Amino acid sequence: MAQPLTTIGAKPAPEETQSCWSCGSMRAAHFCEACGKVQPPAPVDYFAFFGLPRKLNIDVAVLDKDFYELSRKLHPDLNARAGSQEQQWSLQQSSMLNDAHRTLKDPVRRTQYLLKLEGVALEEQSKSATEQARASGQAKKQIVPPDLLEEVFELNMTLEELRAQKKIGEDDPALIEEVGRHKIELEEKYDGLLRELQANWKTWDALIDRGQAGETISDNEYRQALDKMVDVLNRRNYIRNLVRDVNEALEN
Amino acid sequence: MTADRIVGIDLGTTNSLVAFMQGESPVVIPGEDGSNLVPSVVALDENNQPVIGNAARNLLIASPERAVYSIKRLMGRGLEDVQEELKFFPFRLAEDLQPGEVLRIGLGEKTFTPPEISALILRQLKRNAERFFGAPVTKAVITVPAYFNDAQRQATKDAGRIAGLEVLRLVNEPTAASLAYGLDKKQNGIVAVYDLGGGTFDISILRLHDGIFEVIATNGDTHLGGDDIDNLLITIALDDIQGDLEIDLRRNAEVVQAIRKAVIEAKIALSSQASTKLSVELPGGKHYLREITRAQFEQLIQPIIDRTVGPCKQALKDAGLKPEQIDEVVLVGGSTRIPKVRALVKEMFHREPHTDLNPDEVVALGAAVQANILGGGSEATENMLLLDVTPLSLGIEVAGGVTDKIILRNSTIPASATQFYTTQVDGQANVAIHVLQGERELAKDCRSLARFDLKGIPPMAAGMARIEVKFLIDANGILSVSAREQRSGKEAEIQVQPSYGLTDEQVESMILDSFDSAEEDFRKRQAIEARNEAGTILSALEKGRRSPAWGALTSDEKKKIAKLEKALIAVKAEEDYQAIRKAIDVLNQATTRLAELMMDSAVSIALKGKTMDEAGVAAEELGEGPTAPHPMAKAEFE
Repeated sequence: MAQPLTTIGAKPAPEETQSCWSCGSMRAAHFCEACGKVQPPAPVDYFAFFGLPRKLNIDVAVLDKDFYELSRKLHPDLNARAGSQEQQWSLQQSSMLNDAHRTLKDPVRRTQYLLKLEGVALEEQSKSATEQARASGQAKKQIVPPDLLEEVFELNMTLEELRAQKKIGEDDPALIEEVGRHKIELEEKYDGLLRELQANWKTWDALIDRGQAGETISDNEYRQALDKMVDVLNRRNYIRNLVRDVNEALEN
Repeated sequence: MTADRIVGIDLGTTNSLVAFMQGESPVVIPGEDGSNLVPSVVALDENNQPVIGNAARNLLIASPERAVYSIKRLMGRGLEDVQEELKFFPFRLAEDLQPGEVLRIGLGEKTFTPPEISALILRQLKRNAERFFGAPVTKAVITVPAYFNDAQRQATKDAGRIAGLEVLRLVNEPTAASLAYGLDKKQNGIVAVYDLGGGTFDISILRLHDGIFEVIATNGDTHLGGDDIDNLLITIALDDIQGDLEIDLRRNAEVVQAIRKAVIEAKIALSSQASTKLSVELPGGKHYLREITRAQFEQLIQPIIDRTVGPCKQALKDAGLKPEQIDEVVLVGGSTRIPKVRALVKEMFHREPHTDLNPDEVVALGAAVQANILGGGSEATENMLLLDVTPLSLGIEVAGGVTDKIILRNSTIPASATQFYTTQVDGQANVAIHVLQGERELAKDCRSLARFDLKGIPPMAAGMARIEVKFLIDANGILSVSAREQRSGKEAEIQVQPSYGLTDEQVESMILDSFDSAEEDFRKRQAIEARNEAGTILSALEKGRRSPAWGALTSDEKKKIAKLEKALIAVKAEEDYQAIRKAIDVLNQATTRLAELMMDSAVSIALKGKTMDEAGVAAEELGEGPTAPHPMAKAEFE
């Protein structure tokens, strides 16, 4: 479980900027508790913005609650009568809040974001990357996950057959049914990978906890935990693309 | 009356309204003619002076080439995306228009850009509000369709500036409507707002919790509305006429406008009647008459209203909700008065939609609520906060003409994204960025928002520069871009070429009332209007003296009235509008009893069985009594 986070407002700001620019009181990270003024944004990552450690198991209900509480302080609508500098800070803080909330509330985006923070590049499997590779004539790196090799081979054969039939205007119900079966299987695998990802979070979070407790964790250990998540996400992307191909073949 | 009172404006395709928060509830400010709706029609009179609203609508029939309506359809659009509109709307584009240029519309001998025409409507609303408050109005919240893109929003903001209004916020129309509905309900739950107006359709799904109005998904079509129904019926009538009389009247603007007026009336009638007659006088003494039943009408419009289904399904899907999970459905926009539309909504969401608030006014009322929140709030709006989303994904063009999405649709705004760019050749000083909006994969299928040129990159080997570009969508849904070269720490200069829009300098040159003369103009206008009102009350008093009720007043009352009347006549000759209004107010108070007595005598005349004519005269006097609320409406006087 994530650290319970009920008093985000009370979290101290970084050392050098602990007093409010306006009233001089001790302030919270994003706004002053004494006078309510929005503070200049600090260059922090999304986890730090919410006062969270870089752990992946997050209580989304708590995150949402903090999001709404902070929105009531930072949103431009509530700072519309402030000076232009404050309005600018409110806009920046509020967009950061929304970006951070959007990223952290979604399990996959949250994981991708952590990987990015830790300097790991994910293999681009998005549709735009595919289109881009196709348009520029580059072959796109597509590693078929080993446990899917057989199924992908079979599926591609079936899809080819289906496309060929559609081309001459025929519909083979048996073939469509077979493709549909593959689709259901793939979607089950896709959902299963989310659970696998969540299991990997535990490994990562445990390393963070041990590190915080003062234990020395080798880079290798961190790296392994990250690599496992990269592997799951890549397989997940791969399956998502397959499902997209299947849908396209069924629709056309 | 504080000088910086913020008004809420619904700048609609068909009608526009201005509202404000009076105490704890929002109210619509009527125009001089007493009507809450200002038709979004602009015309030039014979002296080339702009006329707006009902007056312009009359000119639309008499001299269509001097009038324009539904200008909202052209806001933020280029020549290439209005070809479809030109088939159905009598927009007269300037002949020398170049592709990529902001549109210019002919009105009489002059041409205007769509933001300038919208600004004339906004200025009318501003004046109505100033007349109402007796003080200048300079700040406004203006509503836009939720599905408006960046260019359409920017054009609306420009229109505000041209009209001399500081636009504090652009609010999405369905969201504004939910604010108006949520004000007194204060409950939690999921609400769907179905907004079918004159020219645009929006569907927004919101989560309401503890005063936060959080939009979770929105979708729509900025070219779908009552106009489309009108155009369909007009086409049918023209086809009928051509078929029967073998005359093609498509180029006869007067007749087309007369038909348009008739089909709108028929459309409205069919919301409450089972059938109606479409009747139009044609040139050459001919008369076009056609009966339309509601069943026929519903069959005709089915394909149009069916176009709202796709966006609704997509919004539900994006929100991750099933129709059963929607707690309430709210109807907004005049076209939701059509029973068939209501039936469709009911079918889609499995529940009876709400119609408690006037669908024509609810958006303006919501804008007033938002204006109140921005102005610091009040007891009624305490704890209320709107969290809206961007309706369309923001992307940038990458190699191969592909769109790389960097902010996805339905992201809560303000929202930002940061991208890194580098150079491709040694010493490269500029990098071009093409910003797009839309959901399609290829850049050419998305809406081009702007091209940015990053300039002044310090000379470096290819690939060494690291330019951080930050894209920020503000709470109005409008994009801004900033860039910094990270190795040198230098702010990169950005040159923006908006794909469709006015430059700052152009907007500046269009501002209707230059700020220098705004105050003086305001005083002059106020003095004229106050004098008109003084004239109204003085002639009403004249009639009151002739009525039997006058005799029932005490001599003290009569003396007081005479004194105040004299005072009003005196200040009426001066320029001080505030003094005139004050004199009107006191005279009004002094004549309250006279008005009551006149009312009583009118009633007793009726009871005594006098002729209808006599009673009619009395009833007329009743309406013109000196206590008619001021400065709301001005009665007509001979």
